[in-house]
Amino acid sequence: MAVSTKTTTDEFIKGLWKDNPVFVQVLGMCPALAVSNTARNALAMGLATAFVLVMSNMVVSSLRSFIPKEVRIATYILVIATFVTLVDYVIQAISLDLYKALGAFISLIVVNCLILGRAEAFASKNTIARSTMDGLGMGVGFAFALFSIGAVREIFGAGSLFGVSLFHDAFQDWVVMVLPSGGFFTLAGWLLLFNWIKQRKAQRERAATLSLTEEAAR
Amino acid sequence: MPAPGKTLEIRTSPHILSGYSVDSIMFNVVLALLPVTAFAIFAFGLAGLLTLSMALVSCVLTEHLICRATGKPTTIGDWSVTITGLLYGLTLPPSLPLWMVAVGGVICVAMGKALFGGLGYNTFNPALVGRAVLQAAFPVAMTTWIAGFTAGRFTSLPSSTLTLPFTEPTVDAVTSATPLALWKFSRETTAVADLATGFTSGSAGETSSILIILGGLYLIARNMMNWRIPVSIIAAVFVLSGALHLVDPTRYASPVFMIFSGGLMLGAMFMASDMVGSPMTSIGCYLYGALIGVVTVVIRTWGGLPEGVMYAILLGNAVTPHLDRWFRPRVYGTATKEAAS
Amino acid sequence: MSRALPASPAPTSTWHMYRAMVGVGVCCGLLIVGVFQATRPVIERNKAEALQSAIFQVLPDATASTTFRLRDSGDFAPVDGSAAGGDGEPLVYAGYDDDQKLVGLAVEAQGMGYQDVIRLIYGYSFADEAIIGTQVLESKETPGLGDKIETDPGFLENFERLDVSLAQDQSSLAHPIVPVRHGNKTQPWEVDGITGATISSEAIANILNQSAQQWIPRIQRNLQDFQGGE
Repeated sequence: MAVSTKTTTDEFIKGLWKDNPVFVQVLGMCPALAVSNTARNALAMGLATAFVLVMSNMVVSSLRSFIPKEVRIATYILVIATFVTLVDYVIQAISLDLYKALGAFISLIVVNCLILGRAEAFASKNTIARSTMDGLGMGVGFAFALFSIGAVREIFGAGSLFGVSLFHDAFQDWVVMVLPSGGFFTLAGWLLLFNWIKQRKAQRERAATLSLTEEAAR
Repeated sequence: MPAPGKTLEIRTSPHILSGYSVDSIMFNVVLALLPVTAFAIFAFGLAGLLTLSMALVSCVLTEHLICRATGKPTTIGDWSVTITGLLYGLTLPPSLPLWMVAVGGVICVAMGKALFGGLGYNTFNPALVGRAVLQAAFPVAMTTWIAGFTAGRFTSLPSSTLTLPFTEPTVDAVTSATPLALWKFSRETTAVADLATGFTSGSAGETSSILIILGGLYLIARNMMNWRIPVSIIAAVFVLSGALHLVDPTRYASPVFMIFSGGLMLGAMFMASDMVGSPMTSIGCYLYGALIGVVTVVIRTWGGLPEGVMYAILLGNAVTPHLDRWFRPRVYGTATKEAAS
Repeated sequence: MSRALPASPAPTSTWHMYRAMVGVGVCCGLLIVGVFQATRPVIERNKAEALQSAIFQVLPDATASTTFRLRDSGDFAPVDGSAAGGDGEPLVYAGYDDDQKLVGLAVEAQGMGYQDVIRLIYGYSFADEAIIGTQVLESKETPGLGDKIETDPGFLENFERLDVSLAQDQSSLAHPIVPVRHGNKTQPWEVDGITGATISSEAIANILNQSAQQWIPRIQRNLQDFQGGE
């Protein structure tokens, strides 16, 4: 299948499900495990990463003929680091509490392999429109994945979602879920679910093609 | 299994049978655990009985359901999951809410055993995996112990046992610190006689060292357990804590106390010696036991927790594959190095 | 040579490399400085507001506050600007009620917790000779365990009135603030710990003790500096 047959919408959709950065590519594990202890932190981290991803994809793609390949990695990192610094200041201006919770992990977006990976593998070879949609899709997929992990951890670990208490006061917190090990458990659970769904889908497709060929044979 | 007599089984050599099948060894382990179990129920009454039953039922049921879901014949008949459930129940504080017991039971079998590939592939002792997750998830409930031998223990339950699922337990029964916690936080020692006979507070099945030793001796006598493991664990604990005790008796507990308190005896006899998670060679077993013993003393003495046998054994399980690689068993029929040269 | 090597692409000129890196660098630099300048006033206002609300939190009766700086001579002098964040400079915040009467002082303190440094602010009431409130400004304690120092109601009750009266010679506390195991608090200068967060709760008590031992005698000696307000 040639790349050119894909529409820009396809570039967006693939990041959500088929090539989801966390659940399928298993990239960017550091923030996915470290900042997903509550839904709010996870979503904020996801959105911040998505913003940086879209902007860096856009810039890298628009400069792709201007940047010689010998210095491309250094230039990409420069672009990414700039946007991360901007996000850092903006979050401080929006809410100090949020900044405290995300802490050191904002600066670490710079080294999120997902962002450099998309810049190198996609944005440096594709048009601005495609690269932007790819960044948006991957970014939303990443934010969605972080939110899925964060929501589960917060519901079990604190009995609440976005700080709103879901159960009565006597709810027993599962302390392990807000600890780092809870991040691993939750991620593993989601991966299990995703792979199971994928496997079932593949099985059904195989069964469908089998029955088709049988019918054709008859 | 085909019915006997209907098929002719043809096998290649060797034709010598070891005499024991997995089922029979596992069944004997269950037998060896029975005195400890009976004492746990006697000491903690209804609460102990319910905790142990729930642990057993949740483990066996999980194993059965997982086998059904994956389309395999059910393996609950080989007694191994019974041991897991029983051991897991014996390591729990008797007043633990039953819903937590059930959650841990599911984790034991699903996460500790099935995810690794079932019996024979479970790197970590399933009972301890479940307990470790519970310890991390519910640290307060897992360190609240009720006193044993209370007057109404066969007629009433501590309020925490029947806590509604997912709610926080409230404890109305008389709580009692374990001997190790007493030592760690207030430097109080408990008489060794009480520790050995089990008239102290603690997890359901870890209090009576004598009964645990009896069970272990039974298995050793029938050649169903590797005696090197418990012996080297206990020796390591004794030597290290003895040395520390000689240095400063006010800060470090006596070696006899260390051996008979907490879950050491149960862990050394029945959990560390689990065939799947322990090394194959004798020298590997000695090293494995020594490692567990040393880690236990280190956690008890300098760690934040009063008890560390569980983590020590899990760590030992993790090291086992490496020990097996460093000390490979000699393949039957090949020459030893000395003979060859 | 019958077979030609695959044509290698023309080498990139040095000028192109310089152009790309310097060009991108300059643009990025301009962007960062621009956004920094634009957000700085907002960030500083946020920080001041957070500090201000913390001061009123630990001094519930106060409605206005003035920042004081410890001078080298050992007494206190007011600092311009209502609540400037201190850059290592020792600052205390005096709280006044509607009648311009001094109700207490808020002092910042910090020390090692279980994970990292805990920074907190506490309110000292002259009338009670006691700490009447604390608020954690910064902590990285384990969520679910150590962070109970900020939420556990039983623990926070310790600081509704924690005795810090001075000893006879006015140079140290009559009774140092000491942590005790949960449920063993018998004296007004003891801090009742939290089960499952022993180290974090002990850290709070020790931070308070260290800071109070140092600051309260000094404040009491220079009481007149804070009187009158503005």
